Amino acid sequence: MSVLEVKNIKKSFGKTEVLKGIDFSLEKGEVLVIIGSSGSGKTTLLRCLNFLEIADEGTISVDGKLLFDGAKPDINDRKIRENRLHFGLVFQNFNLFPQYTVIENVKLAPTLLKKASDAEIEEKARNLISRVGLSEKVDNYPCQLSGGQQQRVAIARALALNPDILCFDEPTSALDPELTGEVLKVIKGLKSKDSTMIIVTHEMEFAKNVADKVIFMADGVIEEMGTPEEVFDNPKSSKTRSFLNKAYENI
Amino acid sequence: MSFLEVTSFLWDGFLISLLIFAVTLLCGAPLGLPIAFCSMSKFKVIKSISKVIVWIVRGIPLMLQIFIIYYVPGLLFKFPLFSQIDRYMFMNYGVADAGRITAVLIAFTLNYACYFSEIYRGGIESISRGQYEAGYVLGLTKSQIFRKIVLKQVIKRIVPPMSNEIITLIKDTALANCIVVCEIIKQAKELAATKALVWPLFYTGVFYLVFVGILTIVLGKVEKKLDYFRS
Repeated sequence: MSVLEVKNIKKSFGKTEVLKGIDFSLEKGEVLVIIGSSGSGKTTLLRCLNFLEIADEGTISVDGKLLFDGAKPDINDRKIRENRLHFGLVFQNFNLFPQYTVIENVKLAPTLLKKASDAEIEEKARNLISRVGLSEKVDNYPCQLSGGQQQRVAIARALALNPDILCFDEPTSALDPELTGEVLKVIKGLKSKDSTMIIVTHEMEFAKNVADKVIFMADGVIEEMGTPEEVFDNPKSSKTRSFLNKAYENI
Repeated sequence: MSFLEVTSFLWDGFLISLLIFAVTLLCGAPLGLPIAFCSMSKFKVIKSISKVIVWIVRGIPLMLQIFIIYYVPGLLFKFPLFSQIDRYMFMNYGVADAGRITAVLIAFTLNYACYFSEIYRGGIESISRGQYEAGYVLGLTKSQIFRKIVLKQVIKRIVPPMSNEIITLIKDTALANCIVVCEIIKQAKELAATKALVWPLFYTGVFYLVFVGILTIVLGKVEKKLDYFRS
């Protein structure tokens, strides 16, 4: 059974239709990479999945459970918060909490949501921080870390709540080129049969490398979907071809 | 009159200045918070009312507001509330100026609450949306996000403008002498009128200077304490 099933998601801002009906599904342990030029709706799609935006139409199901149905728009705050916990989101510009240390950032939400005992939360947080390679920085404040390190903390923070699906919104776009590698390596290291991920990125080599499934979005629709080999090496759509050509031209 | 006698006479006045300062800060600072939230309200009516009040209070000289608060009950309702309090407190307890000081405290508290509310609003609105969104995706409630994530960042940002306002406040207390409250400047003028001594008027500056010096040190410490993070 698919861990995530998205059907006919539509979203408009005023008169601009940003998502024009998105359908896809994801198996447990799969990594989905979404590529496409700016304005194609990638970020809006992630934000709809995380309920930072509420879609106008369509359905979202996780583990066969219907979380959202655009036909029944009366969704309350409490339900939205519950739904959000199925997803984690790593932002483009990290959004760490500046007044908290690395470990406090990771522990904050599990502690406030009383997910486990304090000792368990502490141990889990330390494990996650060592998993992203920052054991020596547990007591540092975000302003004392490089961008790459901050993003790795943000990944640990997102993992602390055991999301079913972890989403990344252009996780390396705000980083200096020499720092993108460390973040991509951490993301790649998370890949396992238990962790399902959706990654929006402009790093084509990384995308090809890490993806089980690739979606190319253009103008609010899925223009092409398939395995990395299908999409990157034998794109069927002319839009995909021209996008890939342009993306590789830059290198 | 000896230097010590003058100092002691002025000090009595400065205590009144300090009283106005303390009450305005203790009542005005908390009162600013609901005004700030009203100014940011989703409900247009509440927002407009709040904005109009802030506009009026910030738009009229504080001295005029003191006159309005003091005289309006008598002029409008034929009931001079504050002079009644004055008389009552003096006759029964021998306390002078109680009514006038009350009027001043009300005017100051309202005035400063509005200024503070604008500082709070600016501070709250300056926090990036990303901080809220990071809290949302972690499943936190709006109130948890405000209390645990946003508040401290807001406090850090409003300390410098608040310090400014607090330093202005102690000097503004001199306005109380427009309705003959015996704060320090009024005391000095009294000396000029009755004893033909002019220098005490200038000497009052020392009291303000010393107090502002202490405030500057304390507020600087607060600022320093929040220096450990950047946002």
